[in-house]
Amino acid sequence: MRWIWIDKFLEFNSGKSAVALKNVSLAEEHVHDNVPGFPMMPECLMIEAMAQTGGILVGEMRNFEEKVVLAKINKAQFYHYVRPGDTITFHAEVESIADEAASIAGQIRRGQDIVADIKLMYSHIDNNLGGKEFPKENFVFTDMFRSLLHGFVEEKA
Amino acid sequence: MAISREKIFEEVKEVLVDALGLDEDEVQPKSTLMGDLGAESIDFLDIVFRLEKSFSVKIPREELFPTEGLMNNPEYVKDGKMTQKGLEAMAKSMPHTDFSSFAANPDVNKIQDLFTVDSIVNFLEAKLAA
Repeated sequence: MRWIWIDKFLEFNSGKSAVALKNVSLAEEHVHDNVPGFPMMPECLMIEAMAQTGGILVGEMRNFEEKVVLAKINKAQFYHYVRPGDTITFHAEVESIADEAASIAGQIRRGQDIVADIKLMYSHIDNNLGGKEFPKENFVFTDMFRSLLHGFVEEKA
Repeated sequence: MAISREKIFEEVKEVLVDALGLDEDEVQPKSTLMGDLGAESIDFLDIVFRLEKSFSVKIPREELFPTEGLMNNPEYVKDGKMTQKGLEAMAKSMPHTDFSSFAANPDVNKIQDLFTVDSIVNFLEAKLAA
């Protein structure tokens, strides 16, 4: 089982940008653990959700042939708490892409409010600088992950 | 109009401050990226991406930081040191780098010290003039 922190995509412009949505519910266990007595969505998990939104965007550019992993959080600045009942959206734009890595600029919003500005870097780990080898199977983009894109991009064989 | 070396240095400094979370006065021309400024391998790509944006030029990573290909060549590395042939290849592919102290003791572990703030400024000066 893998934790997926976005519920669905709202927009997907291959190679350019994507918008994903998450509904935060009081039924989710993690909202109770960060600050006891003050249920909220932990910031670290929102960064993970942003990383998943951007990671799928970057991975799809090369037909999910690369293993794309989060390598660096360049910026994560939060302006508001996200509470149960909130619907948040993750807006990701590709900034740069090379053989070894990619970067995105992201924003988390709740309606018109900006919840956070986030910039992330991904490594294409089969092209890592250390020359380390990884299993051939793409353990990053599992079927469950890719199923989020149904209806947004043409399924490639 | 060509951009001055001072201006290039200031832009490079800004890129390094943002990419590595540094204070401005930590970035000196002779600072080494890994030893003095604490850069890790992913930071090199981050720096390349940011330089491309700041200077509006395409920078292939292997042009600015080309040692990976050199170090994987058995003709260039022997017993943990760069061979004469390796040093010549390095000098050719890294004209923006000061080899004077490295050539005296070409230990491959010291290669990372070749990447200095100055070497980035030299690289961009040549690239922007081209």
